[in-house]
Amino acid sequence: MANTQKIFNFMGPRKLMAAFSLTLLLISVVSLAINGLKFGLDFTGGSLVEIGYEQPAELGAIRESLEGAGYEDVTVQTFGAATDVLIRLGETHDPQLGDNILQRLQAAESGQTLTLRRNEFVGSQVGEELREQGGLGMLLALAMIMIYLAFRFQMKFSLGAVLALVHDVLIVLGLFSLLQLEFDLTVLAAVLAVIGYSLNDTIVVYDRIRENFRIMRKADAVEVMNSSLSQTLSRTLMTSFTTVLVLIALAVFGGSTIHGFAIALLAGVGIGTYSSIYVAANLLLMLKVNRDDLIPPPKEDVVDEMP
Amino acid sequence: MLNRYPLWKNLLIIFVLLVAGLYAAPNLYPEDYAVQVSGSREAYTVDSALIGRLEQDLSQAGVAFKSAELNEGTGLIRFADSDGQLRAKDVISKALGSNYVVALNLAPTTPDWLTSVGAGPMKLGLDLRGGVHFLLEVDMAQAVGQRLDVYVSDIKTKLREERLRYREVEHLDDGRLSVRFADAQVRDEAQELLRTNFPEFLVDTAEEGEDNYLYINLTEQTIREIEDYAVKQNLTTLRNRVNELGVAEPLVQRQGRNRIVVQLPGIQDAAAAKRIIGKTANLEFRLEAKPDASRVTTETYEFRNEPGRKATLEKDIIITGSNVANAQASFDENGQPQVNITLDGKGGQMMSRVTRNAIQRRMSVLFVEHKSRIVQQTVDGESVEKRIPYTEKGIISLATIQSTLGNSFRITGLESAQESSELALLLRAGALAAPIYFVEERTVGPSMGAENIAMGVTSVQIGFALVLAFMLLYYRVFGLLANIALTLNLVLLVSVMSILSATLTLPGIAGIVLTVGMAVDANVLIFERIKEELKNGLPPQSAIHAGFGRAYATILDANITTLLAAVILFAMGTGPVKGFAVTLSVGILTSMFTAILVTRGLVNLAYGGRKLNKLAL
Repeated sequence: MANTQKIFNFMGPRKLMAAFSLTLLLISVVSLAINGLKFGLDFTGGSLVEIGYEQPAELGAIRESLEGAGYEDVTVQTFGAATDVLIRLGETHDPQLGDNILQRLQAAESGQTLTLRRNEFVGSQVGEELREQGGLGMLLALAMIMIYLAFRFQMKFSLGAVLALVHDVLIVLGLFSLLQLEFDLTVLAAVLAVIGYSLNDTIVVYDRIRENFRIMRKADAVEVMNSSLSQTLSRTLMTSFTTVLVLIALAVFGGSTIHGFAIALLAGVGIGTYSSIYVAANLLLMLKVNRDDLIPPPKEDVVDEMP
Repeated sequence: MLNRYPLWKNLLIIFVLLVAGLYAAPNLYPEDYAVQVSGSREAYTVDSALIGRLEQDLSQAGVAFKSAELNEGTGLIRFADSDGQLRAKDVISKALGSNYVVALNLAPTTPDWLTSVGAGPMKLGLDLRGGVHFLLEVDMAQAVGQRLDVYVSDIKTKLREERLRYREVEHLDDGRLSVRFADAQVRDEAQELLRTNFPEFLVDTAEEGEDNYLYINLTEQTIREIEDYAVKQNLTTLRNRVNELGVAEPLVQRQGRNRIVVQLPGIQDAAAAKRIIGKTANLEFRLEAKPDASRVTTETYEFRNEPGRKATLEKDIIITGSNVANAQASFDENGQPQVNITLDGKGGQMMSRVTRNAIQRRMSVLFVEHKSRIVQQTVDGESVEKRIPYTEKGIISLATIQSTLGNSFRITGLESAQESSELALLLRAGALAAPIYFVEERTVGPSMGAENIAMGVTSVQIGFALVLAFMLLYYRVFGLLANIALTLNLVLLVSVMSILSATLTLPGIAGIVLTVGMAVDANVLIFERIKEELKNGLPPQSAIHAGFGRAYATILDANITTLLAAVILFAMGTGPVKGFAVTLSVGILTSMFTAILVTRGLVNLAYGGRKLNKLAL
């Protein structure tokens, strides 16, 4: 088998890669500790009004106008396009808020018609609950995946896969923290999707590692890793590439509401691809996986069919 | 023979795909702009005569419509554009008055042969259709508090009946009731009495100085029941109000212990909806106090519309808004707004009993509104928001009783026509059992909804095209087969979503895009495996066989774990995120079906059962 398949020495620079991963993790954790995440309305609570202009809007004038009207704690920014203005307020709930703001701003713009595109209010308690639920959901997902893998593979594989996942999730969160990108509900959904995606990659690699441990009786663990990664490399890259293709379509054409979602997934797919090559297998080596871990082998007749 | 499916397997695949195509088909038909008409109460039904009248009215007003139909007591009139729809709504509302609910809707144009097999299009979420989403919280403390107030008078009555002398019955701030006695023996008798008569009480005794106390707590179960009742009662009232608003497909649903979700898709006047849904207004009818009345039995209130003017009323309430059976807004002889009220049987009796003996006295209508303000408080060094509920009461009218009042009468003194029609609506729909607060609101304008759809569809199309092109370039014939499978996967996904009548949201569309990207994964795994087997020197047919066989376990493991994540996302997500989780889960399942079975079937058709020297891979 080894004569026809080019084997890359992926595990050669494994110390270097481990150091690289640790550095990324360290940066992420430090940034998360210091900057935290810039939670969106879904998690913090507050009010948000999105107004559509016909011509590019002057943010300064809007801010002044609203502050003049007595609204406190106002942030005004464009959202996607220069004609699309997002106004955030720390207000408590007022059913008339959206219409009041629209009227006030319309009064200043005689030449164009403004439209109320979106008006959202989230109570601080609801936001808090969602934060807790989100964290809990992520932990639950990891726990269930760990149990499934321990059952289908073996404890070390399960631990390795989950650690690789934690690695991916932390780095994606770190990126959002470092760049202070808004973290809202759709981004949380994307992070959970990253868990699913990155796991997918890792499992394909682990599957091959398990298979190769049984076939390559004489090889040591590093050789098994290298062959497995080389054999699955083109698949890993292909799938990541097609996924990246659609994600780019989503990021470019999907509109600003799901921009954060697309960015989180793009980052996740990138880091997930890297981790399934350099982190997942590396973790197995660190956990000292050997052939004995897979014995007695589950009843699969793969071995007999090989030439 | 290698790489041939038995006939039944091919037929099964074709059958599944045909069914999928059938159920996905309704999504191809664009929706009509429509106006939906239904009766606001049982007494008012929509029949073909009414529809005929409306058709005439529309023709007279020069509004063109496509068709008018009657389904199960609901009339549906379709229009070519939203302009006609809006103009028609005005015409119809004017013609029918407040006894009918006239709502804007988007009506599916699924042909009969499709509806007859139960097929219909996917529903669009609020973010794609425009509309309002509210999350309301029922104030449980208030609900329990109100019940405790009732218990206070029940206890007094009971003790009086049994001639047990008490000093005071009080509703304490901590949610307990206290009964004070001078005599310890009487106290003990009272404890026995309350225990047998009110099994829902937990009664404790205490002594403080001269006084002997009974402290009463409600059992956990009773509190649950009170809360449950409050939420259910509020649900009913909210449903009534939403029906009055005229929304085509509203959703009013309990969420968790004390919350209620209200969704009003496609609503035009979101501000009015919010005003009416959140209102905790009620009316109280009371007599004006006699000048010599003791101050303990009276209360003084201001007039709502005349600050400074006050009147002193009796504490006793004749009836409240809950006794109102019907209420209609109209104008009096002077063109002032008024509300005509019809009482239910019990209310009518009470009203006539009281007014019979009070001719020439004045009766007032008191407007009661529960409100709340939020204050920042510092608890343990942390700033927390606390909601302080308060009640606002103001007199809206004070009029001399000319003769005994019966079931129906009118109230005047309202500020505007809008106020009278909203008051009438609130009285008809009923009062809320406990105050509610908005804890979440999301309003999406209709233009933004349309934009979201357009952007979503564009990104699906472009993402899809890119993947198709790439697969074709890279895997050639196999790529083509995978592309067919991918297209079928999309059809399958849409059909399953339609059958489940799942709601499509923008994140849901993102889920579809992601599925398209990831669905090829299974095919890539298989194709790469086949390539490998070829390199290992296997003949083409065996390579195909081994490729599919070996990739199978991997695909299964990889997809099941992703499915786990998606299911958790579904369980904890709300609204839009749930939509994403649904499309992702369904997408994973359908892509496994198409990648494993359909692609295999296609490959078998193309290559199976013949001699091959080379594979175009």
